[in-house]
Amino acid sequence: MARIGVITFPGSLDDGDAARAVRLVGAEPVRLWHADDSLAEVDAVILPGGFSYGDYLRAGAISRFAPVMGALVDAANGGLPVLGICNGFQILCESHLLAGAMIKNERLTFVCKDQTLRVDNNSTAWTNEFAAGEEIVVPLKNQDGQFIADDATLDELEGEGRVVFRYVGNPNGSRRDIAGITNARGNVVGLMPHPEHAVEAGFGPEGAGTDGLRFFSSALGSLLASN
Amino acid sequence: MARVVVEIMPKPEILDPQGKAVAGALPRLGFTGFASVRQGKRFELEVEGEATEEVLAAARKAAAEVLSNPVIEDVVSVHVAPVAQED
Repeated sequence: MARIGVITFPGSLDDGDAARAVRLVGAEPVRLWHADDSLAEVDAVILPGGFSYGDYLRAGAISRFAPVMGALVDAANGGLPVLGICNGFQILCESHLLAGAMIKNERLTFVCKDQTLRVDNNSTAWTNEFAAGEEIVVPLKNQDGQFIADDATLDELEGEGRVVFRYVGNPNGSRRDIAGITNARGNVVGLMPHPEHAVEAGFGPEGAGTDGLRFFSSALGSLLASN
Repeated sequence: MARVVVEIMPKPEILDPQGKAVAGALPRLGFTGFASVRQGKRFELEVEGEATEEVLAAARKAAAEVLSNPVIEDVVSVHVAPVAQED
């Protein structure tokens, strides 16, 4: 059975939901702790949402130096599928695994809503079960969600097809409506909205509310295909 | 005891939502003379002993690598400041 690790930092909030999403698609969630030195030989890793270490300096800034991050950065550079959700995305940016940074939302408000996203890149380890251009709905909940990068970086991300998700109706001022991006290799994906909160009918957004499931089944599918 | 002060500001080309919100509130409170506001961070790093060139170099490195994120912020100053005498 594919084993997908979920890293818990002090202040992580959505590690339980991420582990549950992994279980729902038929993979085995493996709890990883921020102070671990290794990734316990998992096949993929999720960095969950929350406010790691309180996010006092900047979101994700302290987590980047957690002991487990050394092993994670090496494994990610070696091709391990890694998904960063919300705070996890911020940690991946601070770790330089993904480009750009997040600042406070345009109108300083904590945004909490069901958010429509367009899938721009369906060839990553985490999005291969979506159709290109497909619109999906998953919850968005954050205060520091405005994606920022300089124009050269944004041009590069767009030119190389590394914008994975765009907001349909920009909720926070993110540059070029970017909600999620990937690295050059396509194994590391980060996004601000929360697919792990849209995995079971009746508990996610209105309607079916299970669009988030395919993030996790995509990863499982890529792992099975590569074995 | 010595104190090294590190000051960090959002990059000029990046809109500063916090500063913008403060700028919006000032006129409502009667402070009408300020055209704009930008909000940054100040860190005070205390060291035992003197702020030697090595201490300053370490503070500059910490400022560049941890205290600021170069994608969105600039380190505008790293300097030694007097420590107030405690009684």
